[in-house]
Amino acid sequence: MTALKWAALAAFFVLGSGAHAEDTVIEIANFTFNPPEVTVKPGTTVTWKNTDDIPHLVVEDATKFRSKPLDTGETFSMTFSEPGEIDYFCGLHPHMKGKIIVKP
Amino acid sequence: MTGDNEFEGGISRRHALECMLWAGTGVLWGLSGGVPRSIGLLDGAAAAEAASGFTFLQISDSHVGFDKPANPHALDTLKEAIDRLKALPQKPAFMLHTGDITHLSKPDQFDNAAQLIGSAGVQVHYVPGEHDIVDEGTGKAYLERYGRNTKGAGWYSFDDHGVHFIGLVNVANLKAGGLGSLGSEQLEWLEDDLKPLRASTPIVVFAHIPLWSVYPSWGWGTDDAAVALGYLKRFGSVTVLNGHIHQLMQKVEGNVTFHTARSTAFPQPAPGAAPSPGPMLVPAEKLRSLLGITSVSYSQGKEALAITDTALADR
Repeated sequence: MTALKWAALAAFFVLGSGAHAEDTVIEIANFTFNPPEVTVKPGTTVTWKNTDDIPHLVVEDATKFRSKPLDTGETFSMTFSEPGEIDYFCGLHPHMKGKIIVKP
Repeated sequence: MTGDNEFEGGISRRHALECMLWAGTGVLWGLSGGVPRSIGLLDGAAAAEAASGFTFLQISDSHVGFDKPANPHALDTLKEAIDRLKALPQKPAFMLHTGDITHLSKPDQFDNAAQLIGSAGVQVHYVPGEHDIVDEGTGKAYLERYGRNTKGAGWYSFDDHGVHFIGLVNVANLKAGGLGSLGSEQLEWLEDDLKPLRASTPIVVFAHIPLWSVYPSWGWGTDDAAVALGYLKRFGSVTVLNGHIHQLMQKVEGNVTFHTARSTAFPQPAPGAAPSPGPMLVPAEKLRSLLGITSVSYSQGKEALAITDTALADR
């Protein structure tokens, strides 16, 4: 592999894991997180947007984070920098569950 | 119906109750010696009330602050419900509010609710719904207003006219994937609270989320309700009043009558009848037939309490 190719590959990883990771939107509709499971790269900002006519609330299973109640059209964002799996649910309707997988 | 054929009796009784529920609003429920009978429409309710002299009201799910298409004027329909109460010929002994007083636990929503409900001039016993504890302090705002003389997240009991009333909280500390939850601390308190009571004491339990499994895939049930109902088994008359599902639903199991009240804010679909339990949009002229209040009468010597549901549209 040439030096140029190595440089290109390194640049790709920096982009892939750094501040430029593509942001992700999870829509809350009909009492479901859509998509219910997403895989993102470290550094990704995940935004939940509630489109239901009833508020929802994003809570990590062990309450490591908790959003404010999201009324219709409101959003909540979190940036995930460490690899791992995050399980969350709706604090108002706990049968609603979702998962975020953070891996490089 | 004979006492040694309880199974058959249970079926026919339940069937009869289902039929009566479909008969619509304004029917007075009477249970005498375990046999349900419809006493009549609303004037019948007034007659029964005059005979016993003890009636209380249940209102639920006022969602003050809700302004979405299913009802852009939730405060107006709450006012109509309170006006109904004010117009009663005989004032109820008190009122139970089975939660979701507010839509988003905001101070102005609590203020508006308190002002309007307070204008009825009747004592109100509250339990919180999940919408009442989404403030930053997860329930602090509710407890500051309604938590005096309560335990934990706001549970308590009191006695009135020989009936033991128990307000339970099944909307706090909810766990991922679960339903409503009472939690071990509250269950222990309940067991102790019931201990000194004679089995003949009529019991009324009120809580926001149904204490029976209405439709678990929409979260309409309480995970540890069976433990609470176990403690209530020895009592001859138990009435469980809930809200949360914004529609009438009734079930009788042994000595326990379960009943859910209408909302005063917006209706929700029947279990499984829509993709989600979200607010149900109905034609404006139909809305008030799906909102309403519940009146409960107790007659000494009767096994069960008489429950009357009145829609805002009923005349």
